Amino acid sequence: MIVTSREAWTGRVLLVLLMAFTIVPFISLFVTALHPSGTYPSGIQWPQDPQWGNFGRAFTSANMGELLWSSGLIVLGVVPAALVLGTMAGFAFGHLRVPGHRIGFFAFVLGLTLPFEGIITPLYYQVRDMGLLNTRWAIILPLLGLFMPFSVIWMRAHFAGMPNDLSEAARIDGASTWQLFWRVHVPLARPAISALGILLFLWTWNQFLLAIVLVDDPAKRTMAGALGAFQGQYGTDIPLLCAGSLLILAPTVIVFVIFQRQFTAALLQGALKG
Amino acid sequence: MASPLTSVRSDTAPPPPVPTSRRRARRARRPGAWLGWLFAAPAVVVYAVFVLRPLLLTVQYSFYQWNGIGASTWVGLDNYRRVVTDPELYGSILNAFELIVFFSFIPVILGLLVAATIRRIAESRLAVVARTVLFLPQVIPLVSAGIIWTWLLSSRGLVNQLLDLIGLGGTTRAWLGDFDTALPAVGVIGAWVLLGLCTLLLLAGMSKIDPGQYEAARIDGAGAIREFFSITLPSLRAEISVCITLTVIAALASFDIIYISTQGGPGGSTMVPGLQIFYLAFSDRRIGAASALAVALVVLVLVVVIPIQRLAKDNTA
Repeated sequence: MIVTSREAWTGRVLLVLLMAFTIVPFISLFVTALHPSGTYPSGIQWPQDPQWGNFGRAFTSANMGELLWSSGLIVLGVVPAALVLGTMAGFAFGHLRVPGHRIGFFAFVLGLTLPFEGIITPLYYQVRDMGLLNTRWAIILPLLGLFMPFSVIWMRAHFAGMPNDLSEAARIDGASTWQLFWRVHVPLARPAISALGILLFLWTWNQFLLAIVLVDDPAKRTMAGALGAFQGQYGTDIPLLCAGSLLILAPTVIVFVIFQRQFTAALLQGALKG
Repeated sequence: MASPLTSVRSDTAPPPPVPTSRRRARRARRPGAWLGWLFAAPAVVVYAVFVLRPLLLTVQYSFYQWNGIGASTWVGLDNYRRVVTDPELYGSILNAFELIVFFSFIPVILGLLVAATIRRIAESRLAVVARTVLFLPQVIPLVSAGIIWTWLLSSRGLVNQLLDLIGLGGTTRAWLGDFDTALPAVGVIGAWVLLGLCTLLLLAGMSKIDPGQYEAARIDGAGAIREFFSITLPSLRAEISVCITLTVIAALASFDIIYISTQGGPGGSTMVPGLQIFYLAFSDRRIGAASALAVALVVLVLVVVIPIQRLAKDNTA
């Protein structure tokens, strides 16, 4: 490729600027979190006496231990089930091409752009009538439904791309549809399933609206939902609020850094595919 | 948050579809084809119970006046009339459209410019690091983005500190608390969240363009600008439409950022439909009005998004 050095340098400068725009807010948050609790520091300013203890205090007052446990439970309730249901339906629509699969698929496409606010009011009354208000099920079950359009369409796209010869060979060997699914196609779909799992984890962990509407007790919410309550409580104590926010966003960042490659690929594909 | 749409040429994209008639002939003969629905049934059930049913109920509620507890009264289109005449309600919709400028136009246009400029160094170490860094706002909860920027935009925050530094001390203010600046300030938060994603999506799209095209253009004497308009832009139609779709939905359906940073204030200047629905339904107990606005929001998203999808399809089909 022809790259003049002037072009390469403009590229580098622009990239660094963009990275600075992304990262400086985090630095400001971090530096502010180190100021003495109750003070009102300004902008980016390294404190004379960094208060590392703020993180400990925020950890206790935000009930972080309990929150991690709660969010973990919600993720465990949503992600595996959504993966199983989405994969099975994607297989039915994308590979088995059951009669009427176009209509079924279209019904899911409709849900793809649906804003959660569009159904939150009746969802509240429905969850209340089911007696699930203020339980983690109030977040888990609706999220399962809300994630179905994306999950089904994502998995359908994968299965539609699988060659038919593969299934025909398995059929000739006497495989039932279930064996065909479980023994042949699920193992081959592992990359698509794990990418979907990463996205679903992220969206569950960060879910806010359902958490604040359907669950009053912050200790039974998702991480993001609990952060809203923490802000209400410590809105005026800026350093402590910053420390708490950092603690609450840390798990996603840590998971992101560990699975960085898979995350990036999943996020890019997730936006493009469907 | 992401809610993704088109299928795009990519390594994993399905192969071109087999003509339907042939496929149908091959499939229909297998006995028990209907049994395949057993695979789809669980997904269909949770979707029907927790999405489709509430969606239909939203439509039903929108024709009633109801406080959530007592009896409900049929009011016909009254709630909808209110959506278009009550400045509190249609104002929130107008605000959402203004947010599109920040959530959508700025990230897409800036993303295009940045991606086109850094395309040539996309394989460098710096660019690889950037891929990680630029995704950070996508990974953290939007609530955190709201808290971070509430602090940055506050009267003693970093933004004002920088303005002071470059001699613009006169313009400093509490950006989120000022009637004139609150909405653009909220918009900046959205732009921060979405810029990295758009840049990386567009960059990924550019990496699929045959480098030979660029070489040929260079040999023909095209400059960077000419190259951008005759090669890059037309090849990116699908990616651009994905970016616009994602960001427009993020603007119209925004909730988390605004709930945290301004709660719709000051004086409703940052009120958006999502937040308004939340207040109407759960603070004011005006279920009918909340539902009518919810229906309007759903329709609005579809009306805006479907044409964008069409535009993208024309090219890739």
